[in-house]
Amino acid sequence: MSINEPASVTLSESPGKIALRTLARDRRSWISLSILGVILLLALIAPFYASSIAHTDPFKSTLNATINVGGVTRQVLEPSTEGLGLGITPIGPTGRPGTYFLGADNQGRDVAARLLYGARNTLFIGASAALVTILLSLLIGLIAGYRRGFVDSVLSRLLDVIWAFPVYLLSISLSVVLLTSGLSLGFIHVGPGSIALPIFIIGIVYIPYVARPIRGQVLALREREFVRAAVGSGAKHSTIIFREILPNVLPSVLVFIPIMFALAMLTESALSFLSIGVQPPQASWGTIINDGLGLLYTRPVVALAPGLLIVLTAASLNLFGDAVRDGLDPKTRARGDS
Amino acid sequence: MRKRPLILASVLAVATLLLSACSGSNNSASTSTGGSSFGEYEKDKAGGIVTFVASAAGGTLDPKVNYTAQYWQLYQASYDGLLGFKYADDAGSFEIVPNLAEALPEVSNDGKTLTFKLRKGIKFSDGSDVTVNDVKASFERIFKVLSPTAGGFYNGIVGADVCLKAPATCKLDQGVVVDAATNSVVLNLVAADETIQSKLAVPHAAINPASAPAKDAGTTIIPTTGPYMYKSYDPNKELIMVRNPYFKEWSHDAQPQGYPDEIHFKFGLTATAQVTAVQNDQANWMFDPIPSDRLNEIGTKYADQVHIQPLTAMWYLPMNVNIAPFNNVKARQAVNYALDRAAMVKIFGGEKLAAPVCSFLPPGFPGHVDYCQYTAGGSVESPASAWTAPDIEMAKKLVEESGTKGQKVGIVVSDDEVNKQMGEYIQSVLTEIGYKATLKPISGNIQFTYIQNTNNKVQISLSQWYQDYPAASDFLYILLSCGSFTPGSDSSINMAGYCNKGLDVKMQKAMTLGLTDPAAANKMWGDIDKEVMADAPVAVAFTPKQVDFISKGTKNYHFSKQYKMFVSQLQVK
Repeated sequence: MSINEPASVTLSESPGKIALRTLARDRRSWISLSILGVILLLALIAPFYASSIAHTDPFKSTLNATINVGGVTRQVLEPSTEGLGLGITPIGPTGRPGTYFLGADNQGRDVAARLLYGARNTLFIGASAALVTILLSLLIGLIAGYRRGFVDSVLSRLLDVIWAFPVYLLSISLSVVLLTSGLSLGFIHVGPGSIALPIFIIGIVYIPYVARPIRGQVLALREREFVRAAVGSGAKHSTIIFREILPNVLPSVLVFIPIMFALAMLTESALSFLSIGVQPPQASWGTIINDGLGLLYTRPVVALAPGLLIVLTAASLNLFGDAVRDGLDPKTRARGDS
Repeated sequence: MRKRPLILASVLAVATLLLSACSGSNNSASTSTGGSSFGEYEKDKAGGIVTFVASAAGGTLDPKVNYTAQYWQLYQASYDGLLGFKYADDAGSFEIVPNLAEALPEVSNDGKTLTFKLRKGIKFSDGSDVTVNDVKASFERIFKVLSPTAGGFYNGIVGADVCLKAPATCKLDQGVVVDAATNSVVLNLVAADETIQSKLAVPHAAINPASAPAKDAGTTIIPTTGPYMYKSYDPNKELIMVRNPYFKEWSHDAQPQGYPDEIHFKFGLTATAQVTAVQNDQANWMFDPIPSDRLNEIGTKYADQVHIQPLTAMWYLPMNVNIAPFNNVKARQAVNYALDRAAMVKIFGGEKLAAPVCSFLPPGFPGHVDYCQYTAGGSVESPASAWTAPDIEMAKKLVEESGTKGQKVGIVVSDDEVNKQMGEYIQSVLTEIGYKATLKPISGNIQFTYIQNTNNKVQISLSQWYQDYPAASDFLYILLSCGSFTPGSDSSINMAGYCNKGLDVKMQKAMTLGLTDPAAANKMWGDIDKEVMADAPVAVAFTPKQVDFISKGTKNYHFSKQYKMFVSQLQVK
């Protein structure tokens, strides 16, 4: 098969620059980054929205609050006045940013404000957990693949043990245990209810999914001529790992980042939905869906809005991951797929 | 009692009222509480299948072991004791009537001996006769199967102490003396027990065949005496009751003939699915509480199928008086002041389903006095007549004064929707008044026992208490006496760990006074209520109501305060 470099690519450019330019030309990356940018911006302005626009505390129950909508004073939790007068319904979306734009939840809290705060937690936990996964996987993959032998066997079996458990089963089990007692590892102490717990749990359970491909890649690189030459020339192990092997593994790692981010975010939402992730009164998209579960018949927007944001964010991250993969893949670039 | 896991320890005091008429007399007489029994049986309306739906089964089917409202409701139509609670609406259902016994017992020996005469001609659903030997074996079986009330209800029977120590070989030869020739049963007690008749009327004292297994029968069916028997039981799927072919009505008050031919109890439906099933006439009644987002729909479109029953019950927050921060009375009072009871009523479903209160004895209850110390404008020294609004500023001030500001507080609630929402609200309130509050929702299956055990170091929790009978002791004595506090036990119903020996003495006096002068006793209970709440070991939130949603084709709904809806009296034909 002949490989034809695109006309615009000059042979003197580094692979990184080529990948970046390819990525910049990819419409998928622009669309996904735009969506992610908007969501990130919304997350960042959460405190401003809550304090200066909605004038509300999204973590405080306000069951007896009243608001003025179009000159009419209404209760945030409205008692039924029809029939037997059973039940209380939270106010629905008003469409006004200052007054319950997306309505209220069962605690009388502004859903829009909680959604923005929820984005902060969901994105932060997702990104942090992905980072934990990537860094630990890289470390394990490099050591296991480079050292081979006994070290490789031990680390690989450890990965097998984690892999033996379904991701959600392991996450739920760890969450249930750590949620009540917290985590104490040597000098590290994480209290129950801390968002560091879901970061740690999600970061750990996905390690085999990243570490094993990296280890495989390192094992193959270990046999390549340039690595053998470095070994033969008496280079230090650290030099070989960081200067010869790591740069060749990094493209794969970069492809993993958005994918792991999306997976970690989905897992966080699932754990929070099950009440074993972010703890009340803090919000994450998963907890808000849980809050909305009891309002599906009357105020479906409470569950649908965070659900939609999860779909948008996960789809965008996956789309961006595809674009990164294609940008870093010379064969794809050669075909001009992007 | 608690709504799901029945805690009928509270039955202990029922005789304070019910036996007041027969105390000190050898003549037994039923104490009427005003309710009348149902009308004559309408044979033309009998037949059909009644279907109930629930999210889960109620556990073991053994009437001596099961302790849930879900199955006690069924037991009333299937198992019988020597005595029973009357088939009557509302308060009348607290009346104790003779059931398998011909009459209420003759009481002698200063209340320590009760003599019954067993009715003749009654058969179990397997065709065998009900004999006095079955009666004796049934009492022994209470201990053999380790019935949850063996130690609380029946430990006063002569020989029970030995049975409690060695259940497998339990013999009550001295405690339950039977004579097959005269069909008599003599129950000997160690000491007079004014509540014994109530204890004999609950399902744990039901008469089973002597051949019933000497262990928890689980899903194995034990023959019944009532109008229905159990045909099959799969806790993952369905419980089926059919007519007992050997049943002949012996007492219209105690065990009237039932209407449906069969009663099916289906499990595994979510509460929302249950609502839909009842709406579509696929089920006659749903067991679980109606989800909050379906209440409005049901209250408007299906109003004629809804029955709202007032209950003398309460939702309350026990605070552990033995550990920080609630070992400080000001911290406990602060919670009482801060609690917005109207907000909690909203979470429960609105004013039609609950009412805010802050006294310990519910409104309408004997001994209840209209007062509220912890409301805007009220104080311990000068209570208001009713709760009107929270006083957050006072609460913050008390937290400051108590020196507990900034302390960590864990709130333990059940993990169902309503309890979790209540918990979130309480967390918000505690945070507002200065605590670092965290919410700990745990499974409803274990929450009730978890919060009782002091080893779990629960600081504050959310619980419920439903009356078994109209007596102030059912609330105050059962829930807050020193004797109800057992450190390290899952059965320590005094969750606050509150022990005020002075008040204990007053409560004992009130119970004794109740035998001779109920009015004076009730006044005394009212004073005790105020004294207890001045110490604030709990924060009472509201009194709830029972909502029964039945299908359009279901008729003849009757409600018992003792066992809720009478299942055998529903008509579907």
